[in-house]
Amino acid sequence: MPDGNVLLEARGIVKRFGDLAANDDIDLSVHAGEIHALLGENGAGKSTLVKILYGSLQPDAGAVSWQGRPAVVGNPAEARALGIGMVFQHFSLFEGLTVAENIALALPPDAAGRGLAADVRAVSESYGLPLDPAARVASLPVGVRQRIEIVRCLLQRPRLLIMDEPTSVLTPQEAERLFETLRRLAGEGCAVLYISHRLEEVRQLCHTATVLRHGRVVGRPDPKTASTADLARLMVGADIEEARGRRGDGAPAGPVRLAVRGLSQTADTPFGVSLEDISLEVRGGEIVGVAGVAGNGQDELFAALSGETAAAEQAVVEIDGRPCGRAGPAARRRLGAAFVPEERMGHAAVPGMRLSENAVLTRHGTDRDISVGGVLRLGQARRLAERIVARFDVRAPPGDPEAKALSGGNLQKFVVGRELDRKPGVLAVSQPTWGVDIGAATEIRRELAALARSGAAVLAISQDLDEILEISDRIAVISRGRLSSAVPAAETTREAIGLLMGGAAD
Amino acid sequence: MRIELRQRTEDSRLMVWLSPLLALALTFVFGAVLFAALGHDPLRALYVYFVKPLTDAWSLEEIVVKATPLALIGVGLALAFRTNVWNIGAEGQYTVGAVCGSILPVMLPEVQGPLLLPAVLVCGVLGGMAWAAIPAFFRVRFGSSEILTSLMLVYVAQLLLDWLVRGPWRDPEGYNFPESRLFEADAVIPALAGRMHFGTVIALLAVAALAILLGRTLKGFEFRVIGAAPRAGAFAGFSERGSIMAALTISGGLAGLAGIAEVSGTIGQLHPSISPGYGFTAIIAAFLGRLNPVGVVFASLLLALTYIGGESAQVALGISDKIARVFQGAILIFVLACDVFIRYRLHFLPARRAAARAEDAP
Repeated sequence: MPDGNVLLEARGIVKRFGDLAANDDIDLSVHAGEIHALLGENGAGKSTLVKILYGSLQPDAGAVSWQGRPAVVGNPAEARALGIGMVFQHFSLFEGLTVAENIALALPPDAAGRGLAADVRAVSESYGLPLDPAARVASLPVGVRQRIEIVRCLLQRPRLLIMDEPTSVLTPQEAERLFETLRRLAGEGCAVLYISHRLEEVRQLCHTATVLRHGRVVGRPDPKTASTADLARLMVGADIEEARGRRGDGAPAGPVRLAVRGLSQTADTPFGVSLEDISLEVRGGEIVGVAGVAGNGQDELFAALSGETAAAEQAVVEIDGRPCGRAGPAARRRLGAAFVPEERMGHAAVPGMRLSENAVLTRHGTDRDISVGGVLRLGQARRLAERIVARFDVRAPPGDPEAKALSGGNLQKFVVGRELDRKPGVLAVSQPTWGVDIGAATEIRRELAALARSGAAVLAISQDLDEILEISDRIAVISRGRLSSAVPAAETTREAIGLLMGGAAD
Repeated sequence: MRIELRQRTEDSRLMVWLSPLLALALTFVFGAVLFAALGHDPLRALYVYFVKPLTDAWSLEEIVVKATPLALIGVGLALAFRTNVWNIGAEGQYTVGAVCGSILPVMLPEVQGPLLLPAVLVCGVLGGMAWAAIPAFFRVRFGSSEILTSLMLVYVAQLLLDWLVRGPWRDPEGYNFPESRLFEADAVIPALAGRMHFGTVIALLAVAALAILLGRTLKGFEFRVIGAAPRAGAFAGFSERGSIMAALTISGGLAGLAGIAEVSGTIGQLHPSISPGYGFTAIIAAFLGRLNPVGVVFASLLLALTYIGGESAQVALGISDKIARVFQGAILIFVLACDVFIRYRLHFLPARRAAARAEDAP
C-alpha cells in the first residue's frame, strides 16, 4: 500500500449546470504512488469532476491544491504544466498521420523535435507499451491507439495520470497489459486517477476509491477489502429503497409478442459494441426494462430491434410470432411494432422538417391515409400531427412548426406520442425520458404503463436505474454486449442490478 | 457598437427568397465597382449588361434558348443537392448525353421516321444516367466522394467528345473541321419560334414533374429526409444507398437530356464546344433557385441573361465575354453568403453592453 504525500487535494468542489448540481461539495485527495478509483454510475458527476481537475471546466465553488499549494487550473495546458495528464475515453488522433506525428502535435514545440521518434520508442518500450513511431494510425487497432494516448502523456512525465474508462474499448488481454503499466507507473511514484464502473477491475487494480452518486461523495471504501457487492451498493444507492415492481406480482400477463433469439453481431466501428447471444421475450401486458451503463450495446440492441440493422436470420427477431429478423423498420412497423430511439434530433425526428412531415417519418408505411399510391396526403399528415400535439400535451409554437423549434421535452412527447397514437402491439423505446423535465417524464412513464396495461409488450432501455425500477415488471441488464436474463422486478434488488451493470456476471 | 449573429429558433421562410434578391443587388454593386475599375461608366455598363438584352426580341429568344439546358440540369441538381448528394459533374453527364443521343443520327443517318427523335432523346437520357451512375456506384460501394469523381469524369467526357468529332465521327464532307455530320430532319427537335425549340416545353414538363416528386410524393420525401438526416431516414425505413443512386442518376439523366436537346434542337451537330459551361452554371441556378424546381426556372432565366449580357458587353464595351463567368461566380458567392441570414439574424449591440458582455464571458 503506497503512502506517498498528498499530491492533489480538492475541497468542496461545486459545479452546477442550470438547476442540476453535477458536483455538489466534493472532496477528493490523491496521493503520490496510488491508483485511486473514481466510481459511479452515468451522470454521477465523475466526468465533471475530472474535467475540473484537468482545467477544461471551472468549478462554481471549492478549491484545488497541488502538492500542498493552492492551484488554479485555468485550462488543460496549465494542467499539463503542473504535471497532470489525461487519457480520454474517446481518442483524439489523426488517422492519416503516423504515431510520431500525432504525438508531436500534442507536445510543446521544443519537445517535438528530431529525437522524438527515439523518445517514443524508448518510453513505450520501457513501460511495456510497444509502439512503432512510423506506423500510420489508421492501420492500428484500438488497443494500440490507446497506447499512443498514454505514451503521449508519459512523454511529459506526469505526476498524476487521469484515465477515463480506459478498458471500455479494450479486450481482457489488452486490459491486463494496461494494468501492468499502471502498476509500474504507481511504483515509480506517479498517481493514477482511474475512472470506471467495472467493479472487478477496480478491486483488482486500485488502492483507494471514491464513490460518487448524484454529484456527491457517498463513500470511500477500501477496494482491496470491500466486496463487489459493497461497491455496487454504494454506486447505485441501495440505501434509499429496495426495488419493487410496477405491479408487484411479476406474473407474466399475456402471450409473447416480442422475441429475440440468439442475436449476435460484430461491431462495425472501433467504438461500437458487439452483441453476444442476446435472447429476450416480452409478453403482452408487461414492461421489460433493460438497465445498463451507456455504451454497453444499448444502441446496437435498439437498432437490431427496430430493423435499422438486419439480423443474420429471419428467426432471430419475432414480432407477434412472425419472424422478421431480416425485415427493415417499415416492415416491422406494419407487423404492429413501434420504436422510439434515444436521440431525438436527427434520429427520431428531422430537426429542419415540420411536425407534419416528422409524423410521416414513421407513419408512412402503416397509415393508409398518409401515403396513397406513393402520393403524400399533406392535409392528413397535418391533422395527424395536430392530433398528437393535442393528445399528448405537446407545447409547440402555433401552426406546423419545425421540430427544432420545440424544447427537448416537448419533442420527446411528440416522438413518443407519434408511436403511442398508433396503439402498437410492441413498443421498443430507448431512454424514454432522457433530458426531459420531471413533469414530462412522469407523463411519458404513465403513458408507457397505460400502453402495457392495454395488452402491448413494452421494452424500455434506460440508463436511469430509478426509471427502470419504477416502470418495469421484469428487468434485464446489458453489459459488454451481453444481456442477463430478465428477472421479475419484485424479486431483485438495486444491489443485484448494480452488480450486473458492473459486469459481475462475466 | 458590436454586431452579432444570433441563431433563429426556426429558419426564416422570408429570407429563403429574400436572400437571392439581396445577392443580386450586391452583384450589381460589385459589377458597378468592377466596371468603374475597368474605366467604364458603371451605370451605362450595367445597362448594357443587364437591361439591354431585355429590350430586343432576338436576345429575349436567346435567353430562353440558353435557360432551357440550365433549367433541365438545374432541377436535377436541386434534387441531388436536397438529397445531400453533390453532383458537380453535370457538365460531363450533359456531354455524354449529347454523345449517346448522337449515336443514331451520326452512325445510322439512313434511319428516319417519327420514332427517331424519341429514340435520340432516350439515348441521351440513358447516356447521362450511365455517366452519373459511375460516381454513384463508387460512393455507395466504396464511400468515395462524388464531388471529386463526378468532377473528374467531366474531363473524361470532354476528351471523349473531342476524340469522336476529330476521329471516327468527323464529318467526311466537313472540310476537316472537328464536327460530326448534321442531324437529318427527323432527328431534330422541332422549332417553336425563331431559335426556340420544343426542348423548352420538355424542360418545363421536367420542372413540373420534379416539383410534384419533391413536394408531394413519398419518394420525394425520402430524398429530402435522407439529405437532411440520414439516420432518421434509416429509422423511417428508407434506403440511403438507394436514394443516393437514384438522386445521382436522375440528375445525370436530366443533364444528358439537356445535352442531346441542345445538340439536336439548337446546334444540329456535335462539335467540341457544345456547352458554354451549362453543367457548372446550373449549379448556381440550383442554389439561386433555392433548390426548388420552380425557383430554378427563374434562376436559369437570370443566368441565361448573364451569358447574353456578356456578349452584349463584348460588342458594346469591348470587354471580354468571359465577364459572364465573373458575374455568375459573384452571384453564387453572394447568395451563399446571404443564406446565413436564413438561419441567423443580425443583432446590434450598443458599445457599452457589448463591453459588459465581454467581461461576463468565461
